[in-house]
Amino acid sequence: MSTIISDVIDRLAGIQPESSLDRLRDQRPQARENAQRSFLALFEPEVPGHVTAIERYAIATFVAGLHRQAHVTDFYAASLQKLGHPRLTDAIRSEIARGSVTGPYGRYPQGPLTVEDEEGPEYQVSADNRERLGSRLVAGLQHAHLLVFHPRDASPAALQRLLDAGWSTTDVVTLSQLVAFLSFQIRVVAGLRALAGASAVENADADHTQIFTGVLASGTV
Amino acid sequence: MTETTLSYPENREPTAFTQEELGWLPWLEPFPAEQLTERHWAGLVDASRAKSPYFLLLARDPDILQARTKTDKDIFYNTSNGLPRAERELAATATSRSNGCIFCASVHSRFATQFSKRGADVQRLLDEGVDVDIDGRWNAIVAASVTLTDTPIEFGSRQIEALRVAGLGDAEIVDVINGASFFNWANRLMLSLGEPTPPVSS
Repeated sequence: MSTIISDVIDRLAGIQPESSLDRLRDQRPQARENAQRSFLALFEPEVPGHVTAIERYAIATFVAGLHRQAHVTDFYAASLQKLGHPRLTDAIRSEIARGSVTGPYGRYPQGPLTVEDEEGPEYQVSADNRERLGSRLVAGLQHAHLLVFHPRDASPAALQRLLDAGWSTTDVVTLSQLVAFLSFQIRVVAGLRALAGASAVENADADHTQIFTGVLASGTV
Repeated sequence: MTETTLSYPENREPTAFTQEELGWLPWLEPFPAEQLTERHWAGLVDASRAKSPYFLLLARDPDILQARTKTDKDIFYNTSNGLPRAERELAATATSRSNGCIFCASVHSRFATQFSKRGADVQRLLDEGVDVDIDGRWNAIVAASVTLTDTPIEFGSRQIEALRVAGLGDAEIVDVINGASFFNWANRLMLSLGEPTPPVSS
């Protein structure tokens, strides 16, 4: 994508330069810089490999949607919309609705933790969307759902389904990093937004008021 | 080129959370160590990681591995200001306990014990789970990590307030958010790309 965003987490969390959250994030400058480098490595890779930009943004839109973070979903969907057919974005949005459950759930190896097993659905892309999305993306979305909601159910068989659908071993690593990174990015954004909202209530200086207004406008409080 | 998964029918996966040292076996072929290029070495960050099947597997996409590792190190090892190391490791352990990553929980519960000298309390988190009642400050950090780990995310103003009541400042709260969020990244890779092996002692 040609749009240059210097820090995606700041953008999604509504963090303004020189605000208190901006300064707080700077206490971990390497983490801040490398969260952005992670985004770039996954979404604007120097060596793209065999995972296409459409696949990356389609899966990102799906993962953000499963987290019910509307502003993050819209961010990734905007890039997907530019890259792919509008019907692709529509298909992903319908799969988000279909796949939205609550996690984490899943099973443990048979033993003392078995009493903590929590059953949950094994998501499958709808029959209607299978042809539109293609078998490779269908397998990618199904694996993304496993990683988002019930990663402890992962298995060699789940990875074999990706290999069978045309993902190489290296592609599977990229896909896994993409879903796992988003699980991080989305939580940092949600956490910082919560902190911004709480700070604004306590200490309504100019910086905080600006953040609070942004959070209110996004409808998250 | 036929690519296939690896399996270990003889492995007896650990069935409980533990602070003991576990091993880990990859379900996909790691990158061949003898073929590592400059770019792969940069991705591994520490040359010693070329001995780890986990990092060699992730080295197949070296740029994201490098950024991931540097993010991880700053969140957990940068001790200027913010949350004590022990409590960052507590956030990592609580997150791993909630997601069910026995391997990640073993590593980071050991670190939590090492830095806090409270091995019995750490063990209770592993044994009793994330609803364990330890003390006000640890309870607040565990609850913040767990609500941030839930999908959809349940973390919000209630958890921020509880952390503040427990004595955490905003810089420390950012460390809790970063630590728990990072383990939602790490747990998903560890859980989905391989399996743990029993402690060497057993």
